[in-house]
Amino acid sequence: MFRRTSAWERSYITVVSKHSKVEDFGTVDRVGIEERVAKFTTRSIKKKSKLWGLNTAVSMVDLTTLEGKDTPGKVASLCQKARQPSDDSSIPPVAAICIYPSLIKEARKLLADSPIKIASVATAFPSGQSSLKVRLQEVKYAVNAGADEIDMVINRGLFLAGEYDAVQDEIAAVVEATGDATLKVILEVSELETYDNIRAASFMAMQVLRPGDFIKTSTGKASGSATLANTQVMLEAIRDFYLDTGIPIGMKPAGGIRTAKQALHYLVAVKETLGDGWLNSSRYRFGASSLLNDLLRQIHKEKSGAYQAPYYFSEAAGSY
Amino acid sequence: MAVTLDPSDKDSGSKDEKKKHGHKLSVPELIFGDLWEYDPAPETADPRIRSRYDLFIGGRFVAPQAGEYFASINPATEETVTEIAVASAADVDSAYVAAQMAYETVWRTMPGRERGKYVYRIARLLQDRAREFAVAESIDGGKPIKESRDFDVPMAAAHFFYHAGWADKLAYVAPGRTVQPIGVVGQVIPWNFPLLMLAWKIAPAIAAGNCVVIKPAETTSATAMKFAELLQEAGLPDGVVNIVTGGGETGAALTGHPAARKIAFTGSTDVGKLIMRQLAERGTRMTMELGGKAANVVFEDSPIDQAVEGVVHGIFFNQGHVCCAGSRLLVQESIAESFINKLQQRMETLRVGNPLDKNTDIGAINSREQLDRICELVESGVAEGAKLYQPSCALPSRGFFYRPTLFTEVTQSHRIAREEIFGPVLSILTFRTMDEAIEKANNTMYGLSAGVWTDKGSRILRMAAELKAGVVWANTFNKFDPASPFGGYKESGFGREGGRQGLLDYVDLS
Amino acid sequence: MSERIPVIKTPKVYVGGAFIRSESGRTFPVYDSGGQFVANVPQCTRKDLRNAVEAAAKAVPGWSRRTPYNRGQIIYRLAEMLEARADEMTGVLRQFAPAWTSAAEQEVAETVDRLVHYAGWADKYEQVLGSANPVAAPFFNFTLTEPIGVVGIIASDSAPLLGLLTQAAAAIVSGNTVVALASESAPYPAITLGEMLATSDLPGGVVNILTGYRKELIPTFATHAHIRGIDAVATGDDATALRRGAADSVKRVKVRQPDINWSSEFNESVYEIRNFIDFKTVWHPIGA
Repeated sequence: MFRRTSAWERSYITVVSKHSKVEDFGTVDRVGIEERVAKFTTRSIKKKSKLWGLNTAVSMVDLTTLEGKDTPGKVASLCQKARQPSDDSSIPPVAAICIYPSLIKEARKLLADSPIKIASVATAFPSGQSSLKVRLQEVKYAVNAGADEIDMVINRGLFLAGEYDAVQDEIAAVVEATGDATLKVILEVSELETYDNIRAASFMAMQVLRPGDFIKTSTGKASGSATLANTQVMLEAIRDFYLDTGIPIGMKPAGGIRTAKQALHYLVAVKETLGDGWLNSSRYRFGASSLLNDLLRQIHKEKSGAYQAPYYFSEAAGSY
Repeated sequence: MAVTLDPSDKDSGSKDEKKKHGHKLSVPELIFGDLWEYDPAPETADPRIRSRYDLFIGGRFVAPQAGEYFASINPATEETVTEIAVASAADVDSAYVAAQMAYETVWRTMPGRERGKYVYRIARLLQDRAREFAVAESIDGGKPIKESRDFDVPMAAAHFFYHAGWADKLAYVAPGRTVQPIGVVGQVIPWNFPLLMLAWKIAPAIAAGNCVVIKPAETTSATAMKFAELLQEAGLPDGVVNIVTGGGETGAALTGHPAARKIAFTGSTDVGKLIMRQLAERGTRMTMELGGKAANVVFEDSPIDQAVEGVVHGIFFNQGHVCCAGSRLLVQESIAESFINKLQQRMETLRVGNPLDKNTDIGAINSREQLDRICELVESGVAEGAKLYQPSCALPSRGFFYRPTLFTEVTQSHRIAREEIFGPVLSILTFRTMDEAIEKANNTMYGLSAGVWTDKGSRILRMAAELKAGVVWANTFNKFDPASPFGGYKESGFGREGGRQGLLDYVDLS
Repeated sequence: MSERIPVIKTPKVYVGGAFIRSESGRTFPVYDSGGQFVANVPQCTRKDLRNAVEAAAKAVPGWSRRTPYNRGQIIYRLAEMLEARADEMTGVLRQFAPAWTSAAEQEVAETVDRLVHYAGWADKYEQVLGSANPVAAPFFNFTLTEPIGVVGIIASDSAPLLGLLTQAAAAIVSGNTVVALASESAPYPAITLGEMLATSDLPGGVVNILTGYRKELIPTFATHAHIRGIDAVATGDDATALRRGAADSVKRVKVRQPDINWSSEFNESVYEIRNFIDFKTVWHPIGA
């Protein structure tokens, strides 16, 4: 296992050791970054560029169901929705579905002939509170069952205790267990609490990831979730890491993104921070469930000129 | 797209190893291209600008006595926006007569709590008509609608709201003294924040019980005249505020008038000095808010991306037409190269163009004169050996536009490091130690503002103590509030606007 | 043509942003100055008071963290609401005050002006009460104010509107929230006031108004530990009870005489705000 360090001697790529401090990875000013992301929300996205944004967002969705009460029936419905989100066939399928490991086999059957990826959570999601051995076993189980992507959680307990090299070692072990599948590393930003911590954790993860892997904000199961600001911290870390090492890591905000309007703001952030290279589903995903239908509603409204009711779209039972 | 390190090459992690194998790596780049273009997003609200405005004297619109008008143009299109009256010396005199009358008969004797209510009304009416005023401001002056909508107009309303509350609390402004209004004051304001500068001047003046004769800048009088309509809607007693429009001659008549017991001026240092000489004999009370050449000092331990944002905002906000703009960047040598790279990257995503497009970040330069001045100074920078960088954005074919610009390898003796450019041009110098930074930052005849970026609190406070500037921003820039006093040291002027200290400049103490 | 029968309003008290009856279901009748029955007003209990304090405590973080400008605008809007419905409030006051039309009108006008006055303090009092302190060592030393939390108010009978809002405005302008016991003899204006509070952009829980008997409620006002300050119009035993109970949780208590001249400008000042704030002083080295 080797760690990538900077080819150009930058100050951000610190080798993680027992003596590392969070500040070694650079500090973030809370007020400043929140002002910066507020500017993304004043961008006015209209007409063709709005349609492009909405359709691109659909193609980036990791359509998710992570409930204790999930059944093969639920997964079957999810897979169908993933393949054909709406009657309008010009709207692309989503990027992936995201499910618990026990349902991978079912999904595999239904998505056999589809480009849609099957992402599974693993590593004792969402808390991560289990032995490393068990967590790695779960990863291997998921990969063997046919998962294309693994969404793992980092060890927040170790992180908050300052044991950064141990945190990184665990991620590296999961990378190995993941094999050819793509790995997404969930930092669980609401538990890391500070932006400095989020930045540091981003680097710790990226240093042991491969091109095409992702870092992800949240499990969606804790009280906090993705915000423009905590996502921006991670985008800036990805950018700095890429410019230093040439290695592109993907970004996945998850939890709390429910409306098309929000999704467009997130895409503006990508466009103005990482540029065109990240405006595709190989480098960016939305971890969401209800977002998809709001995207469809807005696409329909753009095309027809009329605001839509939620119940015109499948799987949307919410009242108006 | 960039070439990545070969994952099978186990030794590629070490820099020395690469040197040994003679690895040549291409530098990764980000593409800020046209994959996802923002469609035009024009603001369409009606600014309700009349085709011609008279002078506003004694609560009414009155024609200029000499019958003269001039065209005010939209600097983004060079089209005429409206016709503005030229106030002659006789008109200025009428304005002062009206102000004097209002002061003696109405305003001086009105209890503070009632005066305050008029100012609250002005604040509320401006909030009601915010959008209309924002569009008018952008059309007349060239600043992006995003700025006039999100900053200029709300901040102007806030100034009236804040000062309204002081009208019946003046006893707290100067403990140990009895506070009285000064009387009739004359005010001259610049073209960079037309409505906001008007609010900064009028709000404290009338809240403190004074009456006002004010001249907006020649190229940006539209929102001032709309404001006059608003004063009529608010029912402000006639003559409390009088607005006379015109150019340099009108200004001279205003500042030189014997009825003015105080003159407040915001504008260039050169004109400020002219006014000071003009008033030398009479000894009229004055406040001056003049030019600046602020240093933004970035230390290696600063929150880098937020510092980049602060530097960019500090110089490109309002096209750099800001007296307190961070026009000099002093960056610590150890991070200079990477910081400048990040600045350049950030500049790639700045959008220059039609001020009425909601996605425009940098609008039009206010006038041809100002554009010429910017070009001249930029040329001098190149001629004197500094290195110029501009992103490759397209500019509109008509109108006065300039790309955001930065210069590196600038020294203290370059003209672009000493003279106020008042445009979107950043001059970058480096330093090694804090003492060097302090020395370089203070090495200017100006002293309006400064910025400090560092993670260390005690360093912020030491820098704040040592920097000779009236406003010090730490880990931020260009922050304003009606409660926060603003003004300069040295040739950036004297007197303050905002806060309790600002009110001291609008009262007599006995 | 038969006479139209009016619909009579059921008075409810404004607590936690909602209109409620007493949890006990009890009411007491109020009569106008001519002895006519007006309505049955909630007779609040100490449990109602307890619930109101909960609501007030919950509202403190949100209210105190708003910008001073925002708090000032909201209090100004309350003045706008009262001015717009001055006729209604004048009528209500006139029902209970001695039969002088102008006194009621004047009380409403003065209340509006007083609210405007305090709204104007929100973004200024810090500049008068706070300071940067020139200590004899290389430190930046500054003193700031902070609201104390929930403030209890026992209102006046002689000026049921002006008195109550004078006490409340001075407390909330700095970020405190308030639980007030309305005038016992003239509680009805407070009922109407609740309706205006509800339409003024003031967040629920910032001002909570109870009606009822002093005898029943003063002991709980005095001893409830989460009430951090009391502003009471009281004399004799009531005042003593408040002070004694306050000792248990070290509350600060301000007692006003019942014959206070509420109209006096002395009763609107930054020093009224000072009653219910804490001063915090911070030291930070100036160095490198």
